[in-house]
Amino acid sequence: MGLVVQRTGPLAVVEDRGRPGHAHLGVPPSGALDGPALALANRLVGNEPAAAGLELLLGGTVLRTTAPCQVAVTGPPVEVRVDGRATCSHRACYLPAGATLSIGTPASGLRSYLAVSGGIDIEPVLGSRSTDLLSGLGPPELTAGDELPVGRPHGPAPPDGAVVPLSVLPDEVVVTMRLGPRDGWFADPAAALRDPVWTVSSTSNRIGVRLEGPAPARHPARGRGELPSEPLITGAVQVPPDGPPVIFLADHPTTGGYPVLGVVDPADLPRLAQARPGSTVRFTVR
Amino acid sequence: MSEPRLLPCGRWALLAELGSTAEVTATAARLRAAGLPDVVELVPAARTVLVAVRPGSTALDAVRELLTETADGAATPSPGPLVTVPVHYDGDDLELVARTAGIGLDEVVALHTGAEYIVAFCGFVPGFAYLTGLPDPLRQARLDSSRPAVPAGSVGIAGEFSGIYPRRSPGGWRLVGRTELTMFDPAVDPPARLRPGDRVRFERV
Repeated sequence: MGLVVQRTGPLAVVEDRGRPGHAHLGVPPSGALDGPALALANRLVGNEPAAAGLELLLGGTVLRTTAPCQVAVTGPPVEVRVDGRATCSHRACYLPAGATLSIGTPASGLRSYLAVSGGIDIEPVLGSRSTDLLSGLGPPELTAGDELPVGRPHGPAPPDGAVVPLSVLPDEVVVTMRLGPRDGWFADPAAALRDPVWTVSSTSNRIGVRLEGPAPARHPARGRGELPSEPLITGAVQVPPDGPPVIFLADHPTTGGYPVLGVVDPADLPRLAQARPGSTVRFTVR
Repeated sequence: MSEPRLLPCGRWALLAELGSTAEVTATAARLRAAGLPDVVELVPAARTVLVAVRPGSTALDAVRELLTETADGAATPSPGPLVTVPVHYDGDDLELVARTAGIGLDEVVALHTGAEYIVAFCGFVPGFAYLTGLPDPLRQARLDSSRPAVPAGSVGIAGEFSGIYPRRSPGGWRLVGRTELTMFDPAVDPPARLRPGDRVRFERV
């Protein structure tokens, strides 16, 4: 039993909570970029928090069921249709076998999450079913015709129709950043991030959010040098020599040689990962 | 060993900066051996070790304590397991390496197989191990331009490191040979043949 992919939209990948704990082997953590949204979708269909679902970039996805199941779509509010009939996101929805589920394109935000009762049951790689677009671990991105196996639901089915509150993303994302480890490489690190209004670049992806704006000035004593390779973590604000910063997301490289000016608080990363290209980002520096 | 400099790295991690790659290897081994609870990632690199803990835990306090208290007189961690890597020394850059070092091809092989290496850290792609212990004449610059595709199993040198490409990938290291060993297989536990702290020898086949 499972789901058959009929249309993917711009990018559809399988994600769960990722595979942290392998960075010392060069393996990125990966996992859903908006973890709370996937967790909510899982909860709505009675799944455990570790169940795998789909991360859909800008929606536009069509799936067909081969067995009855419950599904829920979360993330930004988005149109959801079952066999052409409009239903809504952020609630569990029963689908009989042979039903067609269409997910529209959200009016704001970037990534929708779909959970199915029983979870996407592909073979885990290093403890996770997540697609890692940097290292190529996990399943490849979905294409039309793929059949996704679905596990056996084990929780009690949630009450049908329970709607949860949802929040609409603001046009400006404010994130909290803590300075370090390499803030000393910059002339005025706190002001360099706090003062400009940054824009999300269209080259952003699951590896990182690239910003457009002024390159933070290096401390005169540091010049244009690089560091010997250093470990990186999710949320690291890395600054290449002549460019604006990159904020690393789940599929980030495990080491890098450009200085990391600061690290964004993990609680703020899901909102950042939902920020569309062209939207603005501001930093609060702690 | 000098006391590490502790640098903040977000709310739930710190970066310990040390004086040399050897000190990084020793510090990472000591932290691993301590088996502190709630440590999510423990990642050595060239001069630094990252320790990331479970958000909400107090594990960073214990990490700080361990890193500062035992800088002197710390028990030397026992050396890691020895892994032998069989190599066909027919790399595309073997002659370039010999010419740069001013020695013969056989001497390059003798130097490369004569040393014992340590896995200082992994990175670049899953299972790519940066090996320290390269003899001086083989410490050479990267190629002027990277190759778009280096075959899996290629054995290369760059700067102070030797390494093995676990999969086909772009790369600018000087290639001296190739191994038929699988260096990374996510279906195997552990997935990486070489892990930080392991000792490595190359053997000519």
